[in-house]
Amino acid sequence: MIHLIIHLAVLLILPPLLLGVIVKTKAWFAGRVGAPLLQPYYDIFKLMRRSLVLSTTTTWIFRAAPLVTVSTALLAGLLIPIGGGGAPLTFAGDLIFFAYLFGLARFFTASAALDTGSAFEGMGAAREVTFACLSEPALFFALLVLAKVSGSLSLTGMLLGTTGAGAAHATAPLVLISIGLFIVLLAETCRIPVDDPTTHLELTMIHEAMVLDHSGPLFGLILYGAAVKLLVLGTVLLRVVAPFTFGRAWLDWPLYLVEILGLAAVIGVVESIMARLQMRHVPYLLVGALLFCGFGFILLIR
Amino acid sequence: MNALTLLLMAIALLGFSGLPACLLPARSAGGQRVTTGLMVCGGLLGLVGVVCARVAAPAPALSLAWGFQHSRFSVAVDPISVLFLLPIFLIPMLGSVYGLGYWRQAEHPANGCRLGLAYGLLAGAMALVVIARDGLLFLVAWEVMALAAYFAASAEDDKVEVRRAGWIYLIATHIGTLCLLALFALWRQATGSFALTAGAAIPSEAAGTLFLLAAIGFGFKAGLMPLHVWLPGAHANAPSHVSAVMSGVMLKMGVYGIVRMTALLPAPAPWWGPVLLAAGAFSSLTGIAFAIGQRDLKRMLAYSSIENLGIIAMGLGLALLGRAQGHAEWVLLGLGGALFHVWNHSLFKSLLFFNAGAIIHATETREIDRMGGLAKRLPVVMVLFVVAAAAICALPPLNGFAGEWVLYIGLFRTLGLGDAPGAPAAALAAVALAMTGALAVACFVKALGAVFLGAPRSASPRHVHQPGVAMVAPMVLLAVACVLIGLCPRLITPLLDAAVGAWSGQSQPLSTASVVPLKALACAGGALVGLLAAWALVLKANRRAKPVRTGLTWDCGYAAPTGRMEYTGSSFGDSLVKLTVFLLWPKKNQPALHGLFPKRSRFKIIVPDTVLDRLVTPLFRATGRFLPWLRVLQRGQTHVYVLYILVVVIVLLIWGNLER
Repeated sequence: MIHLIIHLAVLLILPPLLLGVIVKTKAWFAGRVGAPLLQPYYDIFKLMRRSLVLSTTTTWIFRAAPLVTVSTALLAGLLIPIGGGGAPLTFAGDLIFFAYLFGLARFFTASAALDTGSAFEGMGAAREVTFACLSEPALFFALLVLAKVSGSLSLTGMLLGTTGAGAAHATAPLVLISIGLFIVLLAETCRIPVDDPTTHLELTMIHEAMVLDHSGPLFGLILYGAAVKLLVLGTVLLRVVAPFTFGRAWLDWPLYLVEILGLAAVIGVVESIMARLQMRHVPYLLVGALLFCGFGFILLIR
Repeated sequence: MNALTLLLMAIALLGFSGLPACLLPARSAGGQRVTTGLMVCGGLLGLVGVVCARVAAPAPALSLAWGFQHSRFSVAVDPISVLFLLPIFLIPMLGSVYGLGYWRQAEHPANGCRLGLAYGLLAGAMALVVIARDGLLFLVAWEVMALAAYFAASAEDDKVEVRRAGWIYLIATHIGTLCLLALFALWRQATGSFALTAGAAIPSEAAGTLFLLAAIGFGFKAGLMPLHVWLPGAHANAPSHVSAVMSGVMLKMGVYGIVRMTALLPAPAPWWGPVLLAAGAFSSLTGIAFAIGQRDLKRMLAYSSIENLGIIAMGLGLALLGRAQGHAEWVLLGLGGALFHVWNHSLFKSLLFFNAGAIIHATETREIDRMGGLAKRLPVVMVLFVVAAAAICALPPLNGFAGEWVLYIGLFRTLGLGDAPGAPAAALAAVALAMTGALAVACFVKALGAVFLGAPRSASPRHVHQPGVAMVAPMVLLAVACVLIGLCPRLITPLLDAAVGAWSGQSQPLSTASVVPLKALACAGGALVGLLAAWALVLKANRRAKPVRTGLTWDCGYAAPTGRMEYTGSSFGDSLVKLTVFLLWPKKNQPALHGLFPKRSRFKIIVPDTVLDRLVTPLFRATGRFLPWLRVLQRGQTHVYVLYILVVVIVLLIWGNLER
C-alpha cells in the first residue's frame, strides 16, 4: 500500500523536476546560472491558470489530444515498476499495451497538429509519425530480448527479472539494447540530437512544431505529459542498465531517485555536447538504434 | 426447425433478393426497398440459424446426391463455419440498408437492379462457400461468388477505369480458381472423392503440394502481396457498400479456404508455418507502405486491407508452426488471433468503406488531397471515422488492439520463455507487426488529417450532401461493435476457442481466457477510458471558469493562411514514401523552377502498383506482342471455341487410355 502511494506520488510529482535538471545541466555546461530547478512546475501551474485560445479551424481532436497524451503517459507509468517493487497494474502481455499506449498518444497528437491547418504543424506531424516507424521496431526488438532473458511477458517481470541466474550470458545483448533504448528514449522524448525542445525555428522541430497552436491549460497538459513520458521511458531504460535493487524499500526509493535524476543529467550532458542532427540524418540514427537492438536479439538467440 | 434448413433458406433469400426488383420499373424506389427487405430478412434468418447451429449438440450436417459421380451436395456447420458466417450475414445486410441512401435506384436506373441482383448473389454464395463440404459444390459456390463480385464491382461500367479494374479482377480471380481446380482434382486423386472430410490418409509430399496450391489459390482471393494485383482497382471502383462487402467479407473467404484446407490436411510439415509467417509479414509491411502513398481514399483503404490480411496470414502461420511442433498454445493464440482479426477487420474495414462512401457522396471526389475541413460539415461521419481509424491502427482500447494483442502474445511465446522450447526466428514477426502498426498510424493520421481536419484544400462544393439515417445507422452499429469488443473481448473468445478446437481436432479445446489475461486487458482498457474521462471533466471545469478566445491558426504570425498553404495528404506521406522508395517507386512530375518569378506550373506524384503496373502489365503486353500468331485460334466464334473444348477432351481421353 505504501509502495503504491509512493509510486503514484513519484509518477505524478517528480516528472517536471527532470526537465528542470536537464535545463540546469545545460546551463551549467554553458556557464550560466540557469532557470531554477522548479521552473517547469511554475510554468505548468501558470499555464493551467491561463485562459484558452483556440483556432477557428480546430475541432474536438485538437482539444482531445492533450488529454490523451497525459492519460496514456500516466497509465503507462502504472504499468512499469518504479523503485524496487512491482507495478500497480501488471498482467502478462502488458508490454504490448504499454507500447501501443504511446501509439494512441501519437495518433492524437499528430491529428491535432493537422487539425490546425498550419503547414508547420503538418511538417512536425509528418516527421513524428515517420520517425516512429523506425523507433517502434527497435523498441520491439528490445522487448523481445527482455522477454527472452527474463522469461516473462509482463513489464514487471521483464524489468525486474534480468538479474536472474539465466541472464549471465545475456550481458552483451543487454548492453546492445541499452544503447538502442537510449536512442529511442531521446527520439521519443524529443531531445537533441533528434529534436530540439528549445528552438524557436519551426522548420527544424518535430514535437514543438506540432504543439505550436496549443495554449493555456492544453499546453500545460502537453508539457506535463511530455515530462511523464520522459520519466516512464527513463525508468524502463534504468531498469535495463542498472537492474540492481537492495530489496529494502527505504534504500530502493532513494537509489531510484538518484538514478533517474542522474539520467536527466546525462541527457542534459548529451544535449550540451551534441548538435541537433540534420533532419534528413535522423533516420540514420534511428536505424542505428534498430540495428543495435536487432543485433542484441540475434546475439541472444544464436 | 433445423438450423441447416434455416441457413439454406437464408442463403436462398439472400441469393434471390434482387430478383423481384428486376420486374419493377427501373426508376422506382419500391424495388430497392423490396431487395433491402429481403436482404435484411435473409440476414436476420441467417444469424438466427447460426445461433441455432452453434448451440446444436452434434454439428448439423446434410448430404444429398445431386447427380455427379464422386460428389454429393453436402453441407455442414462447424465452429469454423460459424465464425465466418456471422460477418457474412451481418455486413451485406448492413450494406444493403446503407445502399438505400447511397445508391438510390432513382439516381442509378441503368445499373441499380443489376447491382442489387449481383450483391445478393454475392452474399448468398459466400455463405454457401463456408458451409460446403464437397469439393465440387465448393467450386460452384466459389465461382458464383467470384462472378457476382465482378458484376457488383463493375456496376458503373460506363467508366473506363471501372471496366479495366473489372477485367483485372476477372483474370486474377480465375488464375486463383485454376489453382483451386488443380487442388480439388488432386484432392480427389488422393482421397478418392470430393468430400471435404478430415482424416484422409494423404502422403506428405501430396499434402505439401495441396498446401501450396491452397495458399496460392486462396491467396489470390485474400489479396496477399504479390497476388493482390486485382484488389486496389476493384475496391476503389466498386460502389462503396460493395467495397465494404468485398473487403470486409469476401477477402476472408480466402482466409477461410486456407483455414479449412489446413484443417483437413494431415499434420503440417515444418515449413508450412514459416512460409505463411513470411508471406504475411511481407504482405502487411508492403501493403501499408503502398497505402501511405495513395491519394485515392478507397485505394488507400484497399491497400490497408492487404496489410490486414497479411496480419491474419501471420496468425495462421503461427498456428501451423505450433501444430507442427506440438505447441497447443501457439495454435490457440495464432489461429485465435487470426480469426479474431478476421472479425475485427470485417467490422472496422466495412465501417471505413461506409465512411468513405459518405465522404464521396458528400464531396463527389475520391481524391484525398482535394478534401479537408470536412469535420465541420460531416461531424458524425468524422467521429465514426476516428473510431474506425483508431481500431484499424490497433490502438487500445478498441477491438483491433485486442485481436493483435492475442497474436503478439502468441508470437512472443515462440521465443521459448523459461524452460519452454521455442522457435525464436518466428518472434521476428512481432517486430514486423510493430512496424506495420507504426506505419498504419501514419497512414490513418494522414487520411484523417487530409480528409476531415484543417481548412478545405480546394474549392469544395458549397453544398455538401449529408448522409441520411439509412447510411448513418449501419455505421453507428459497426462503431459500437468495435468499442464493445475492444472493451470486452470475452464476448467473442468462446467462438474463437471452439473454432481453434475444431481446426486442431481437439475435443477439449484450450480457452483463450485461461491462456491470456483477457480480464486484465479489459480492466486496463477501462482504466484508460476512465482516465480520459477524468481529465476531460477537469478541463471542462477549468474552461467554465475561464473565457475561451478564438482566433486564426497562428502559422508563424502570418495573418491570412489559406487552405492551399496546408500540408496535404501527399506532403504528409512524402517522408515515408521517400524512406520506402525502393518499394513504392513513385512517378514524380516535378517542374524545374527558373528565375525569381517562376511561371505557374504543376507538380504531380503518383504511386503506381509496382507489381501490376511494372511487372504484370508489361509482361502481358510483351506476351501480346510476341505471340500474335496464337490469334489464329481466336476467331471470335463461340461454336469454334466449343469445338476446341471437344477436341481437347478427346485428346485427353486418348492420352488417359494410353497411360492406362
